[in-house]
Amino acid sequence: MPNNAAMTSEAPRAPERSFLSIRSLTKSFGPFQALKSIDLEIGEGEFVCFLGPSGCGKTTLLRAIAGLDRQTGGSISLRGKDVSNAPPSQRDFGIVFQSYALFPNLTVADNVGYGLVNQKKPRDMINARVTELLALVGLPDQASKYPAQLSGGQQQRVALARALATSPGLLLLDEPLSALDARVRLRLREEIRALQRRLGVTTIMVTHDQEEALSMAERIVVMNHGVIEQVGTPEEVYARPATAFVADFVGRMTFLSGVMEGATLVRVGDQALRVAEAPGFSAGQKVELGLRPEAVRLVEGAGENRLSMRITELEYLGSFVRATLEGEGASPLTLLADLPFNVMQDRAYAPGQAVIAELPASALRIFSART
Amino acid sequence: MSANASFTRDREARVATLLLAGLAFLLVLLIAVPLWSLLSKSVQNSNGQFVGLANFARYISTPALVASLWNSIWVSSLVALIVVPLAFLYAYALTRSRMPGRGLFMAVAMTPLFAPSLLSAISLIYIFGNQGFLKSWLFGASIYGPVGIVLAEAVYCFPHALMIMVTALRLADGRLYEVAEALGTSKSRVFFTVTLPGARYGLISAIFVVFTLVITDFGIPKVIGGQFNVLATDAYKQIVGQQNFEMGAVVGLILLLPAIFAFFVDRQVQKKQVALLSARAVPYEPKPNAKRDFALLAFCLLIGGLLIGMLGMAIWASFIRYWPYNLTFTLNNYNFANFDPQGWGAYLTSLKMAGLTAIFGTAIVFVGAYLVEKTKPSPFLRGFVHFLAMLPMAVPGLVLGLGYVFFVNAPWNPLNIFYGTLTVLVANTVAHFYTVAHITAVTQLKQIDAEFESVSASLKVPFWVTFRRVTVPISLPAVLDIAVYLFVNALTTVSAVIFLYGPTTKLASIAIVHMDEMGAVAAAAAMATCIVFTAMAVKLLHLALDRLVFARFQAWRKR
Repeated sequence: MPNNAAMTSEAPRAPERSFLSIRSLTKSFGPFQALKSIDLEIGEGEFVCFLGPSGCGKTTLLRAIAGLDRQTGGSISLRGKDVSNAPPSQRDFGIVFQSYALFPNLTVADNVGYGLVNQKKPRDMINARVTELLALVGLPDQASKYPAQLSGGQQQRVALARALATSPGLLLLDEPLSALDARVRLRLREEIRALQRRLGVTTIMVTHDQEEALSMAERIVVMNHGVIEQVGTPEEVYARPATAFVADFVGRMTFLSGVMEGATLVRVGDQALRVAEAPGFSAGQKVELGLRPEAVRLVEGAGENRLSMRITELEYLGSFVRATLEGEGASPLTLLADLPFNVMQDRAYAPGQAVIAELPASALRIFSART
Repeated sequence: MSANASFTRDREARVATLLLAGLAFLLVLLIAVPLWSLLSKSVQNSNGQFVGLANFARYISTPALVASLWNSIWVSSLVALIVVPLAFLYAYALTRSRMPGRGLFMAVAMTPLFAPSLLSAISLIYIFGNQGFLKSWLFGASIYGPVGIVLAEAVYCFPHALMIMVTALRLADGRLYEVAEALGTSKSRVFFTVTLPGARYGLISAIFVVFTLVITDFGIPKVIGGQFNVLATDAYKQIVGQQNFEMGAVVGLILLLPAIFAFFVDRQVQKKQVALLSARAVPYEPKPNAKRDFALLAFCLLIGGLLIGMLGMAIWASFIRYWPYNLTFTLNNYNFANFDPQGWGAYLTSLKMAGLTAIFGTAIVFVGAYLVEKTKPSPFLRGFVHFLAMLPMAVPGLVLGLGYVFFVNAPWNPLNIFYGTLTVLVANTVAHFYTVAHITAVTQLKQIDAEFESVSASLKVPFWVTFRRVTVPISLPAVLDIAVYLFVNALTTVSAVIFLYGPTTKLASIAIVHMDEMGAVAAAAAMATCIVFTAMAVKLLHLALDRLVFARFQAWRKR
């Protein structure tokens, strides 16, 4: 569990000691509004991910926090001090970019020590710090190489060491893993997370990769079209998405259009489906039900939320099989169901086979209908 | 305002803004104000009173001047019509064939760039002039006049047209040719449906560039034009001969028109040219074809031979005792003191001028391009500086020179103490060649990761430290390119500086004009030879230095 949230059970999502505080932040490029009144609190030592599709404003928000691109309106406070109009050099952060942005004509050691040299520290102190940092990122013997002689993963480690060299209070990571190949990305993900835990440095990472956000962040800020759709722990964002967009963007979800029939009953086509709760929805209202493919169960016998369906397609995805299920009747439903590999082996499902699918009420998420 | 408060806190932004403002001021002084002086002079009388378009009316009603306008137009058009097809074919041979020695032929075609334009005119005088050994080939026509101008300009413009055509033909999508072949299209149909349309923007651009180069060139018509008047020589006569500054300004403005037109055509064309080649295109790889390659080789040998011949003729003639009667070797023609009071001084002045232009020009251009490309504050200033940097491209040297005359010569101008000094020559030459150098610098800077400045800011390192420690070392090859470009052009330019030199600052290229005027053609050829050899030596030094820079100081480029 995330450490900050765990300490205060009363209000798990409002860190008691706000490290970074963003209020009604806006940013426009001409008529285009990249950020629309963003409010966000980030606690000290937290690891936060900004997640969203490209063009959602996550990088714009990061650059505004860094002071690299000034916001149009609103304010940013760091440790309670208003830095809204401070230049980047007065904001106390280190930054790592997707492109690494290592200085190609300087050695690894000179890159890492770049910010230290400017602080007019004595040479041996700089050397000691550089050695320490290179050991920290697992590159103790690469100090005299040039960036071009390193692999992508190594270069990104150097960039990380350089960003941490001046011991900044805030570490900003702008899609740091996107340029790396899959295997390196997985390893570096763990390394960055471990490093952050060890140093306790407040970290914001921008990513469009939901898996990355889910596995690394203590809190995820899901963004779309310049607004924050949801802020929450990975568990919250995945299991209780606040909006249909979040549900769709984080993980896979099947959507069913329906109409509220009772307090917790929704009519979808000619089926009535029970949901666990539907606060704020009233009978007659058009809604959308969302269901994760892995929540669908294939069962025997009739019952509540159990539908007779037929398998139309099976797609092998390694450890599980994604089945496309089609209902019966005049306006049949289509569902996705993820079947674990062992279940598949036991039952030997095949396309065309009739099955009964259970849509557990607790797993059905209800959203207002998208316009 | 908190924005203002932060402005005073943000030292980096302040420095960048201050530097940009300084640069903007300098460029206004070097480029905009002289142009403005030219414009305003054209609507004033000799007492400086505003007379509207009276000067233009007088121009149109002077038959001799209008005749030069017509002369300029048809000569320039003719040169474009001759040079562009030749350059197209030559470029085709370089880019679309397996002809041997393509690199060498490219280098040969570039040789005219290392000489003042009038060198080819001097060569033509030796070949077809009154004492020329091939005079009979002209069937009684005289080389002094349009024939000589057209031939000499063709040589002078060839490398410019060729560079455009090579660029255009290199941008070919190999897939189009594969598809055409797969469909069984005939070779000639492929040429007319794929090759030619692909290069059409380059062709248009080349035609305009050549037209502008010819119409604004001063050296060639001065040397070989005889009684045949063109706009550029008119401007010279009005200013230097008759001291009629107003009419000179009108001629200058007329010269500005085709250049501005060509500038905008070129910009449009470049936009389209880029769009022509998608990111998925694969480069065209010509297949061997003995017949085609042989024909193209013959053609390139002919053209390349002519270009080398034109250069070689003047060089050879400069070592001849008395053309054509006594062909023994001599170095007498290099004893410049016999022909010109300045003697070798002109050559040394040229070296000094070119050196200063290279040093100051490169520094200003590169720092300026960095500020425009890599700093954040004051988008308006950055845009303004970029605009001023692009402006000289549309201004022929002769026109800029005229503007300088009016500006620096003006009695109200405290800067008129600089008239005729090396300072004004250097300033004018930097301004004249600013655009290409600026584009080179911007192109280089665009290749550098845009986040270097962000990273520096996050590490609390000011941008000027990163500029010194990272940007300049990375960009050394491009910086060297700019310096050599400025040096070679400063050495060979005639048109802008002809109005601006003073008694102690006569340049080698101007000495050539003067010695030719006095009939000392061999000495003129000798001086031109000095310039050619110097320019080529600098270029070779550049290539060697480039190797050294890459090998020694750019070890980090190696993997």
